[in-house]
Amino acid sequence: MNFTDMLLFGIYPYIASVIFFLGCLLRYEREQYSWKAQSSQMLDKKYFRVASVFFHVGIIMIFAGHFAGLVIPYEVWSFLGISLAGKQLIAMGVGGFFGVMCFIGMTMLVYRRLFNPRVRASSSTMDTLILLVIYWQLILGILTIFVSTGHMDGYVMKDLMSWSRYLLTFRPAEAIAFMGELHWIYKAHVFWGITLFVLFPFSRLVHIWSVPVGYFGRNYQVVRRRFGDRKA
Amino acid sequence: MSHLLDKLRYFKAHKEPFADGHGVTTDQDRSWEQGYRQRWQHDKVVRSTHGVNCTGSCSWKIYVKDGLVTWETQQTDYPRTRPDLPNHEPRGCPRGASYSWYIYSANRLKYPKIRGQLMKLWREAKALHSDPVKAWESIISDPVKAKSYKERRGLGGFVRASWDEVNELIAASNTYTAKTYGPDRITGFSPIPAMSMVSYAAGARYLSLIGGNCLSFYDWYCDLPPASPQIWGEQTDVPESADWYNSNYIIVWGSNVPQTRTPDAHFLTEVRYKGTKTCVITSDYSEASKFGDTWLAPRQGTDAALAMAFSHVILQEFHVDNPSSYFTDYIKRYTDMPMLVMLDGSGEHLSQGRFLRAADLVDQLGETNNPDWKTIAVNAADQRLTSPNGAIGYRWGEDAAKWNLEQKDRQGELDLMLSLKDNHDELVEVAFPYFGGAPHEYQYFQHTDHADIQLRKIPAKRVQLADGSTALVATVFDMMLAHYGVDNGLGDESRAKSFDDNVPYTPAWQEAITGVKRADVIRIAREFARTADKTRGRSMVIVGAALNHWYHMDMNYRGLINMLMLCGCVGQSGGGWAHYVGQEKLRPQTGWAPLAFALDWQRPPRHMNGTSFFYNHSSQWRYEKLDMSEVISPLANKDKWSGSIIDFNSRAERMGWLPSAPQLGVNPLGLAAEAKAAGVELKDYVLQQLKDRKVKFACEQPENPQNFPRNMFIWRSNLLGSSGKGHEYMLRHLLGTKHGLLGKDLGGFGGKKPEDVEWTDEPAEGKVDLFVTLDFRMSTTCLYSDIVLPTATWYEKDDMNTSDMHPFIHPLTAAIDPVWEARSDWEIFKGIAKAFSRVCVGHLGKETDVVTTPMHHDTPAELAQPYGVKAWWKGECEAIPGKTMPHINVVERDYPNTYARFTSIGPLLESIGNGGKGIGWDTKEEVEFLRKLNRTHTAEGANQGMAKIESAIDACEMILSLAPETNGHVAVKAWGALSKITGRDHTHLAKPKEEEKIRFNDIVAQPRKIISSPTWSGLEDEHVSYNAGYTNVHELIPWRTITGRQQFYQDHEWMRDFGETLCAYKPPINLKTVQPVLNKKPNGNKEIVLNWITPHQKWGIHSTYSDNLLMLTLSRGGPIVWISEIDAKAAGIVDNDWIEIFNVNGSISARAVVSQRVPEGMSMMYHAQERIVNVPGSEMTGSRGGIHNSVTRAVMKPTHMIGGYAQQAYGFNYYGTVGCNRDEFVIVRKMDKVDWLDTE
Repeated sequence: MNFTDMLLFGIYPYIASVIFFLGCLLRYEREQYSWKAQSSQMLDKKYFRVASVFFHVGIIMIFAGHFAGLVIPYEVWSFLGISLAGKQLIAMGVGGFFGVMCFIGMTMLVYRRLFNPRVRASSSTMDTLILLVIYWQLILGILTIFVSTGHMDGYVMKDLMSWSRYLLTFRPAEAIAFMGELHWIYKAHVFWGITLFVLFPFSRLVHIWSVPVGYFGRNYQVVRRRFGDRKA
Repeated sequence: MSHLLDKLRYFKAHKEPFADGHGVTTDQDRSWEQGYRQRWQHDKVVRSTHGVNCTGSCSWKIYVKDGLVTWETQQTDYPRTRPDLPNHEPRGCPRGASYSWYIYSANRLKYPKIRGQLMKLWREAKALHSDPVKAWESIISDPVKAKSYKERRGLGGFVRASWDEVNELIAASNTYTAKTYGPDRITGFSPIPAMSMVSYAAGARYLSLIGGNCLSFYDWYCDLPPASPQIWGEQTDVPESADWYNSNYIIVWGSNVPQTRTPDAHFLTEVRYKGTKTCVITSDYSEASKFGDTWLAPRQGTDAALAMAFSHVILQEFHVDNPSSYFTDYIKRYTDMPMLVMLDGSGEHLSQGRFLRAADLVDQLGETNNPDWKTIAVNAADQRLTSPNGAIGYRWGEDAAKWNLEQKDRQGELDLMLSLKDNHDELVEVAFPYFGGAPHEYQYFQHTDHADIQLRKIPAKRVQLADGSTALVATVFDMMLAHYGVDNGLGDESRAKSFDDNVPYTPAWQEAITGVKRADVIRIAREFARTADKTRGRSMVIVGAALNHWYHMDMNYRGLINMLMLCGCVGQSGGGWAHYVGQEKLRPQTGWAPLAFALDWQRPPRHMNGTSFFYNHSSQWRYEKLDMSEVISPLANKDKWSGSIIDFNSRAERMGWLPSAPQLGVNPLGLAAEAKAAGVELKDYVLQQLKDRKVKFACEQPENPQNFPRNMFIWRSNLLGSSGKGHEYMLRHLLGTKHGLLGKDLGGFGGKKPEDVEWTDEPAEGKVDLFVTLDFRMSTTCLYSDIVLPTATWYEKDDMNTSDMHPFIHPLTAAIDPVWEARSDWEIFKGIAKAFSRVCVGHLGKETDVVTTPMHHDTPAELAQPYGVKAWWKGECEAIPGKTMPHINVVERDYPNTYARFTSIGPLLESIGNGGKGIGWDTKEEVEFLRKLNRTHTAEGANQGMAKIESAIDACEMILSLAPETNGHVAVKAWGALSKITGRDHTHLAKPKEEEKIRFNDIVAQPRKIISSPTWSGLEDEHVSYNAGYTNVHELIPWRTITGRQQFYQDHEWMRDFGETLCAYKPPINLKTVQPVLNKKPNGNKEIVLNWITPHQKWGIHSTYSDNLLMLTLSRGGPIVWISEIDAKAAGIVDNDWIEIFNVNGSISARAVVSQRVPEGMSMMYHAQERIVNVPGSEMTGSRGGIHNSVTRAVMKPTHMIGGYAQQAYGFNYYGTVGCNRDEFVIVRKMDKVDWLDTE
C-alpha cells in the first residue's frame, strides 16, 4: 500500500463525497437562484442543438454504464449469465459508441465555448473549467478502451468493481488494494472522476439533480395551495 | 424551513386530485413567489414624468427600492374637472411605462466618453502645451490630425474619460473657436423646452452667455404649421384634449389619436358616447380609422383638394344660397373677409394684389400712425371706406387703445360689407392661378385638365388713390367665392353650376385627385357646417403631421382652417383647429426665456432657424434639383425666380427676414477694435463695411472655412437618429465621415448653380471640429459624436414639463441620484461654464460682440417692409438696419465671468423688465422675491448680491416666479399691459387668482393648473376648457396679423408670386431622386418606386424608445417598413422579408411589413428607428443601412422665409423654413444577401 494510492483512492473519495453532498445541500438551501443549467443557447444557436443532444445522450448513457459497472455487484451479472469477459466487451462496445458520440458533441461545445465571442464573453471561469474537465475525463475514458484491448479477460474490470464495492462499504484500506497494479490511465480516469464530484456543487452540474423526471408522470394541472389554507 | 426538507415530506405530502385526476392540489412550497413579489415592492414613491416630445406630459409614480428605480405607474391625483367633463386621469401609455428599463440597461451611458483617436491627440497635445487652448489649436490647425478623428465618427472607438478632462477639452475648443472664428461658430441644438425646460435652459444659457447660436426645432421637425402664423400670427395654439369633449362634430384628419395621443384618446371615445359624430380622414387604415362614423381615405398629399371641396360646399350652401346668420356675422367680425384687396392690372389679366391701405387713400383716410399698415373695408350703412380697429398699424405707435376687435373706427360703430355684389362699380375678370394640371413624374398623383389660369368675374369698386390714380378693389369674400368656383348669381359662366360640375374645387373635381367620392364630400361638409351653425361653432378638426410634412403643407392646413373659419369654429369651445404635432406649449414661456437665453445679463441672444442652418451647413443646397419655376404661380414673373433655394434664403437673411448663423463673414469680436481704429461708432462701422462689401454675410460663402459651424452641442435630441432630414448629407459634410450618398452634386451632373451663394467645386467635408452630445443612452447621434456626456434620466433630475394637451404643469424629480457618473443637464453645462471661465482667461476677456437679428414678429419691427421686396445690396433701397436689413446690435460679454453669470440672476430683469408677445411688464418685485427664496451670492465678484440659480430647483423657482402662468400677481400685470394696447380691461381674467403662486414643491405635491395669461389665446378657467383663439373672440383681442383678423388672404409679394394669396391645391413636388439610381445596380430582384411616408411610431414616440427592448419585443425587434399587399406582390416581397429602400440620398435596410393597412404606392417607415439595433448592411452602399431620413433631403419653400411683414415676420420657432419630407419617392426591392457586416 503506498501513501499516494491511499490518499487519492482511499481518502480523497470520502472528502469528495462530503464536499459533493454538503456543497449541493448548502447551495440548494442558500442559493436557489443559482440552481440552473445556465444554457447559452440564446447567445448562439448555430449547430448548438446537435452538439448539445450528442453530448447529453452520450454522457447520460456513459453515466448509466458506469453505474452499472461500478455499483451493481458483479454477482448480479454472473447470475444473469454474463461473464466478466462478456461484460467487458459490452462495456467497451456500448461505452465506445456513446463515448465517441459524446466526444463529437463535446468537441463542438468546447470549440463554441472557447471561440464564439458572445458565448465566451458570458462564460464564467467555472463554466469553461467544468467543460474542459469533463472533456479531459471523456478523453481519458476513451483511452481506457484502447488499454482494455490488452486484457480482454475482464479482470481489470473486476478490480475496479471491487474497489468501488469496498469503498462504498467504508473499507478503504481493502479498496485501494485493487488499484495498485492498474494502468495509470485507469488511475487518472478515476482521479478525475472523483474530482468531478468535488467541482459539482460549484458548477452548473447541479442541474442534474433537478432533471424533471416527475413531468413524465405528473397530473396535467398542479395547483399549489396557499400557505395555511390546507383543509383539515 | 428548508428547501430540501420541504421536498422530502413524502409521508406528509397532501395531494388532492380533482377533475378525474387530470389536476392535483398540493401544498408544495410557495416561498419562491417572494422573489417576484419583492420585485415590485418599494421604499418610496416619487412623482416624475417623461421629458419626451410626445405631448403626453403625464404624471407618473416612480417606485424606488434600495436606491434603485424598480418600476413606474400612472399617477391618479389630478385635480378634478367640472361636472359633466370626464377627468384627465389616468394619463400614460405603455411606452412611458417601459421607461425605467433605460436606467440600468446596457444602453445606458455611464461615463463621459471620447473617441479614442481624439483622446490620444488631446493627451499628446496637452503634454506639449500647458495651455489647453493652444493644445486644441495644435490639433485642429493640423489637417491630418483633424481628419484622423473626424473620419472615425460613427465607427466606434469610444474610451472612458473623466469629467475634468472632457470639460477642459470642450472649453478649450469653444474658446479657440470664439477667439479665432467668432462665438457664432458655436451652435447648440436642443428641441422642445416644454419637455424639460431647465435642461433646455442649461445649454441655451451657456451658449447665450458666450454668444453661441441656439437652433430652432419646431420648424426643423416640420411640426410648425406655417399656416398658423400666416392666418393668426400665432405660432401654434390649440385646444386642450378635454375640449374635444365639448365638440359636437369632430373631423380627425391625418392624426392617429389613439396611437400618438394615447393618454388623451379617452376624451375622443367619451364624446362619441355623448352623440358627437366623427369623421376620420387618413390615407391608410390607421388605428384612428375605427373611431370614425365615416372613414375617408384620400390619396396622401392631396388633402388640400379635399378641404377645398368641403369649403366649396360650405360656401355655396351656408354663405351664398342660404346664408347662416352666425357664420356671416363671424366672418365679418373675426376674419379679413370684408377687407379690400387691390386688383393688380400690371399683367395680361387683372390679378390679386395687396390689401388696400390707409396710406393709399387720399389724406391717408385721416390715419397718421402707421397708415401703411391699416387695412380698409367698406361700411355697409354709408358705403364709406373705413379703417376698422384692430389692424396691425394700431398695435404700435400712438394708437394706444384702438388695437381691438370692436366693430368701430374713429367715426363710430361699423357694419362691414362682405360682398360688393350689390354695390359694385364694375364686374371685372380676374385671373386665378391653378396648379392641379401638372402631371406627376410617376403618375402617382393625378392631375386634371384645367388651364393653369382660371378667369373669374368679380364685383369690384373703383377707388380714388392719394397719388391721383384710381384702383379697382374687391373684398376677400368675393375673391374667395370666385376662387372656389362658387356661383353667386352674377352670371359668371366659369363658376360651377352644381357640385357635379368639374370646375376646380368642386366635389366632382376632387374625385380624380383624392379618390374620395363626391357624395361623401358633400355629406360631410353639410354635417360639419350644419352642426357648427346650430351649436355656434362646436365643430372641430384634429389634425397632425400627416398633412403638415408635405412641401405644400400650408395649403393642406389653410384648406381645413378655412373650413373652420367659414363655420365660425375658431375660438369657440369645442371648435377649431386642433393641431397636435410636437410638444410646443411651453406654458411658463415668459418666465423661462430670461433663464434660457440669459436675457437677465445681455440681449439679444443669437437665435437661428434650424432648417436653414442644416440645409446650408450640411451642404444639402449643393444637390438642389427643385427649380422655383416648378412651384411658383403661372402669373408670376419667372425671371425673378431664377435663383436656387439657397439664394432666396441668403437674400432673406440679408433683408433681415431670417436670422443667420454664423452671421457675418468675419469674427464679430474683432469688429470693435477695427471700428475704434477707424474712429467710427461700431454700428455705423459695421453697416459701412457691409455696404462696401468689405464684410459679407456668412450665408454668401457657406463653403468658406471661416464660416463653418465649428462646434456643436446636441442635447435632449437624437438629431442624427431621428430628425436629421438629409442624414447622409450631414454625415458627409458636417461630420466628414463614412456616408451612403448615392447621388452627385450640382457640379457633378452639371446642374444650375446658385446665383448669390459662392460655389466651390470641391465640397467641404467635416465642417464641425467638435461634436458633443449629452444623452442617457447610446443613441445614433452619440455614436457619431466626438464626446458623449452621460446625462441624468427623467427619474434622476429636477425639472418641469408642460404640454398643449392639458393645463397642468408637471415636475420631473430626482427619484434617485444619477447613476454611475451621470449628471443632470443643468450640472453638465454648469461644469462646462466653470471650465470655460477658467480656460478662456488670457484668450478672451471682456469683449464687444456684434449681433445681427432679423425683424421680429411681435415687435415694432414687424412693420418694417409694407410694400415690395427690395435688395439694399443691389441699390434697390437704402440699407437701414431693422428696416431693410437685420438689426445690428452691440453686446458686451464678460467671458471669464461666464460661470458667475450662469449661476445668478442678472441685472436686466430689474432695469428693463420682462415680457413676451409684444407686451412688457415690470418684474422688480419678483427678482427681489427670488433673492429671498434662492438666497444671494455673498462672495465678492461679478454676481455679488444677486439671486442664486445654483441648483435646477433654483432655476425652476425662477421660471415659476417670473411667469404669469404660475404667478397670479404677474398674470394681472401682464393682462394690464395688454389692456393698455387694446383699450379694454382684461385683468378680470387673472384677478381671482392674483394671490396664487405656484412653487416647485406645489407641483411635486400635485399637478397644478396654470393661470390664464396673455401669452396664450385661451383661458385656464373653471368654466371653459382651454381653446385657442378664445380670448380673440370673447375678449376682442386682435389676432397678431396685418388686418388684426384671421387671414383668408395673404398679400405679401412672394405669397402672390407663389399663387398662395388664397388657399389652392398644389400637388406634391418632384424631388427627382429616383431616376439616377433606378435599375442601375441590380441585385436580381424587381425594383418598385413608392412614396415615402414617415409617421409617428407605435413602439416609441419621437427621439427615444426605439431601442427599448421591451418595445422591440412588442414589435419586430428592429427597423420595419410597411408596404401594401399589391406593391409587395409586384416586387416579389413577402411579409418579414429583408428589403432595401434607396434613392440618391442614401439607403435603408429593414424588414417588410406587408399589410392591408397601406394603400398602393405608399411605403411607411415609423420615424426615429435607431440604426443601432438589428440593422444589416445595404447592398447599394456597402455600409450599414441608414435611418428613415437616409432617403430624404431637406427642401425649403421661399414663402416661409418672408419677414418684416406683420404676421409674416420671424420668430424663434414661430416662422421660418420648415423641414418637410413627404414628397419623397424611394425605390424598394427585396434584398438578395443579408450581410450583417459583423466584421465592420
